[in-house]
Amino acid sequence: MTATIDRPRTGAPLPTKPGRPPRRPVDRLRDVLTSPKSGPVLVTAVLFVAVFIVGGVRYNGFFSGQVLLNLFVDNSYLIVLAVGMTFVILTGGIDLSVGAVVALSTMIAASLLQTGWSPGIVIPLILVLTSVLGLLVGLMIHVFKVQPFIATLAAMFLARGLCYVISKDSISITEPTFVALAVTRIPLGGGLSITPSVVIALAVVIVAVWVLGFTRFGRTVYAIGGSEQSGMLMGLPVARTKVIVYVVSGFCSGLAGVLFSFYTLSGYPLTAVGTELDAIAAVVIGGTLLTGGYGFVLGSVLGVLVLGVIQTIITFEGTLSSWWTKIFIGALLLVFIILQKVLTARRR
Amino acid sequence: MTEPVVEMSAISISFPGVKALDDVSFRMFPGEVHSLMGENGAGKSTLIKALTGVYQIDSGTIVVDGQPVSFTGPAAAQAAGIATVYQEVNLLPNLSVAENILLGREPRRFGSIDGRAMRRRAAELLDGLNLDIDPGSLLGSHSLAIQQLVAIARAINVDAKVLILDEPTSSLDADEVAELFRVIRSLRDSGVAILFVSHFLDQIYEITDRLTVLRNGRLVGEYLTEELLRIDLVQKMIGKELTVLDEIGRKAHSADGDGAAADRPAEYARAEGLGRKGAIEPFDLVIGEGEVIGLAGLLGSGRTELARILGGIDRADSGTLTVGGAGSKLRTPRQAISRRIAYSSEDRRGEGIIDELTVRDNIVLALQADRGWFRPIPKKRQEELAQSYIQALNIRPANPDALVRNLSGGNQQKVLLARWLAIAPRLLILDEPTRGIDIGAKAEIQKLVYTLAENGMSVVFISAELEEVLRLAHRVVVLRDRRLVADIENDGLTVDALLALIADGSVAEEGGVPDAPAAVSGSGAARASVADTRPDADTDPAPLETSGDRR
Repeated sequence: MTATIDRPRTGAPLPTKPGRPPRRPVDRLRDVLTSPKSGPVLVTAVLFVAVFIVGGVRYNGFFSGQVLLNLFVDNSYLIVLAVGMTFVILTGGIDLSVGAVVALSTMIAASLLQTGWSPGIVIPLILVLTSVLGLLVGLMIHVFKVQPFIATLAAMFLARGLCYVISKDSISITEPTFVALAVTRIPLGGGLSITPSVVIALAVVIVAVWVLGFTRFGRTVYAIGGSEQSGMLMGLPVARTKVIVYVVSGFCSGLAGVLFSFYTLSGYPLTAVGTELDAIAAVVIGGTLLTGGYGFVLGSVLGVLVLGVIQTIITFEGTLSSWWTKIFIGALLLVFIILQKVLTARRR
Repeated sequence: MTEPVVEMSAISISFPGVKALDDVSFRMFPGEVHSLMGENGAGKSTLIKALTGVYQIDSGTIVVDGQPVSFTGPAAAQAAGIATVYQEVNLLPNLSVAENILLGREPRRFGSIDGRAMRRRAAELLDGLNLDIDPGSLLGSHSLAIQQLVAIARAINVDAKVLILDEPTSSLDADEVAELFRVIRSLRDSGVAILFVSHFLDQIYEITDRLTVLRNGRLVGEYLTEELLRIDLVQKMIGKELTVLDEIGRKAHSADGDGAAADRPAEYARAEGLGRKGAIEPFDLVIGEGEVIGLAGLLGSGRTELARILGGIDRADSGTLTVGGAGSKLRTPRQAISRRIAYSSEDRRGEGIIDELTVRDNIVLALQADRGWFRPIPKKRQEELAQSYIQALNIRPANPDALVRNLSGGNQQKVLLARWLAIAPRLLILDEPTRGIDIGAKAEIQKLVYTLAENGMSVVFISAELEEVLRLAHRVVVLRDRRLVADIENDGLTVDALLALIADGSVAEEGGVPDAPAAVSGSGAARASVADTRPDADTDPAPLETSGDRR
């Protein structure tokens, strides 16, 4: 209705014109912090820096670039998983299958490489297979209106079971390309280095940021999380998008599995048990609302880094059992969920 | 007259068991604001959904802009230039204003959404509506009124020829409504055909040019707003032959209008300035012991809202309520029940009976809740209760173990009544207890209400059927546009007069209630009248005198 815009304005000025009075920086800061969109992410960022500083003050050698980079090196697969999970959670769904799919990917990689397949075929094959699994889950959720929790739970058991069909035992990977990818360090100068996995993970993050922030598909993901009904009435491709997020999550799980097999150089049916929960924790700590609609990929990356830095601190501490990581993560999750509740409640 | 932009002819739509629309025709002209009027179940929303492509029509034709169309879904209707803003703003609070306006049609560059161009375009559209908000801000951070205007901005961006506004003002205050009307007028002047649906008669008369009235899925007629008196409109919506109704009302009314003035029932509850923002304006109401108060008003007039506040379902945010001489704040239904106030919802299935439980379980539910769950009612007592109410209310089948799901609507309503009667209420609030039930059960429930009042129970009775209200009520409280507009004795009150009150609150010239001062809530006249004309529930039911016979 372009005519409306060009039409001379005859109407009286707005009686309740919602003007924007000049705001004090304090107000603005409070607004940003209590916004469900950016508040939790900022809190996570502050938390990460704080924990890192605490670690640096407490332990010698903590304040090195390599410690920071190792957070990425050790968690590259988790970053990829968290990215996929972010897509799903943004729509208000959940994907419980990712840990089992990681294990399945490592099993497929290990067993096929063992029989002499080329990595150039094995890796794409894994990505296709896990994407198809995601597609099936998505269709199950969309066509049969199955709860995402149940549908992905079924996929989790299926994937975990398939691991044992391939082998009950650990299969080590000796294929030269894989070994090379596993041990290669990319020097960044100053004695710092990262692995190819980190590069892949960061590439995934960049693509995901672009897709979620700047494409119709990405914005539809947010729209579904905001209100599926509204999205439908606005004429958005809700059904298609809902299915595709599970494909994305499946693809990311497959890729994470490949990265994980670079990291461990083996396939083992019992590997990555509970990793789906780590991914969900990272996404939630990263500020994505479990009910969907609010959150950022970069927040999820921050979430992974927070988990990583807690792990690192516990390693540096030396006397604490690694299970303390879980306790901290649990406490942190609780705090974040309550924080999110408070923030969203304020807005309503 | 220009050609209509929308012409729907002989539209019929059936749902299992119901004919929602039967041979309805409807047209809209460019540059005109049109309204669809009708009570609950008239078929308004079905017709709108047919036009917006949500429902498929069974028969009939839809012509938009000279082209016959058959919509396969909302997207198809939008593509044909029919834009809709739904009652509950269907936008996304988690995205920016600009995105909400342009989502699905964002300007793109190299496959990416061009955020800057999008905000610019959104700013232009908002500017066209004279709305100064930051397009980059989150939609959820704005008031509902702004969100509504954003929804309109989205709608007009689609190059709409037809804009459908379904109850756009239901949650707006007066200033916001004025702002919305300004936008509607400027859109109308630019040639858009606007369908404005609202329960507020004042707003209908302020903004619309043309009205189409539906009733029970049938077309009553199309009228120019200025040529249709409010009273005629309401009459057409409610759709009774008034003269006939008059008779029934007079014959059946059982309260004694004359000679009873001396013993006004003792006051049981008194509301002063009780109100709730956005639901009902502050009102005063006195409920006497053994008095039946009928609430009359159109759907959305605030009758249910008033009842819900009295019943403790919704919290009042102003005023006081005195029950049995003591001030009381009713925050929850539980508190109301403990004061022996029972509210029976109009939504029988959703807020009333519990489908999967037996008749007995449904009957003892409120009593059990009141006793506390740790003091279970003995099985034997439950059985007695159920049996006695089944007999007293003539519930069929007379089997306490039958699932309520399998009972007819009327019998479900009786079970619900039994549940509330089991707690021995002093004040019983019945919201549309007779809707959708057969005539026999209806009569039984009416009789029951009458008997209960005789025995000293106060009853607040809501019904869309005016003759029912007139038959039962000692006093009638009329609501319009969320305000209590009249509180009058049912003393020779006629349906005509009641209709006039419902329509515009001014009775005097419409005639019908010569001595019933229909006054705005709280006015001295209305109160005074209450004080000296007292119906007496204890006197024998006597046929009402003819209307001329009054003090």
